[in-house]
Amino acid sequence: MTTATEKSVTQVYRVFIKAKPQAIWDAITQPEWAEKYGYGCRVEYDLRPGGAYRALASQPMKEHGAPEVIIVGEVVESDPPRKLVQTWHPIWDPQEAAEAVTRLTWEITEEQGVCKLTVTHDVTGAPWVAAMVAGEMKDAGGGWSWVLSDLKTLLETGKALGMC
Amino acid sequence: MTDDDRVFKALADPTRRYLLDRLFVRDGRTLTELESELAMTRFGVMKHLRVLEAAGLVVSRRSGREKRHFLNPVPIRLIHDRWIGKYRERHASALATLKSQLEERT
Repeated sequence: MTTATEKSVTQVYRVFIKAKPQAIWDAITQPEWAEKYGYGCRVEYDLRPGGAYRALASQPMKEHGAPEVIIVGEVVESDPPRKLVQTWHPIWDPQEAAEAVTRLTWEITEEQGVCKLTVTHDVTGAPWVAAMVAGEMKDAGGGWSWVLSDLKTLLETGKALGMC
Repeated sequence: MTDDDRVFKALADPTRRYLLDRLFVRDGRTLTELESELAMTRFGVMKHLRVLEAAGLVVSRRSGREKRHFLNPVPIRLIHDRWIGKYRERHASALATLKSQLEERT
């Protein structure tokens, strides 16, 4: 049941990026790209069904006491450079670690030289994670909209905006 | 029309801002649900949703027989990063504080 004040269990984010699908795919899945935008975390993907996913704490996060690995997950579907489905479970904070494992879908489609990147985050049973990725949590960054805005800037200009 | 133009045009209408506010409270609503909250024809609501979709502020998804509408905050974030960031968030927030203080007095 949903009430009027309850957050939706699915969040959808979309951004248009003037880049090739492969460039966007690499920016999502390659550690040296992933650390250049958004929260600046290196990622590790074993891109096959059942393969492991890990996001590693950035240097500033470690200075604030974050553990080495802050998000874990599993690859559900990998169809480069078009679609990636994975689970996504933040573990650095006990409150979020105790919640349900969330599911993240990345979809890249090319339309007339521009790519459409759609991120669908199923956050059912994870209200703290939902608030964080929506950018509604104080001192937890701007969530997906900020990450995707920064990713667009990085791919289109070669330079990210840096921490918000 | 540029992407920014579409977003500003979409936001320039009170009904469309109201629709976004409704989706902010609860995302993933169908046309029927949204229509029930507005004194407007189904066709009118559809027209507004189309403008919001063209601006990227709403993303619709089919789930079974239903079409559900999701608020996409990324275009607003892009405008924030492009405009507010450029002209110093600090100044904007100082002015917003001043405005609210002055308005509290009246």
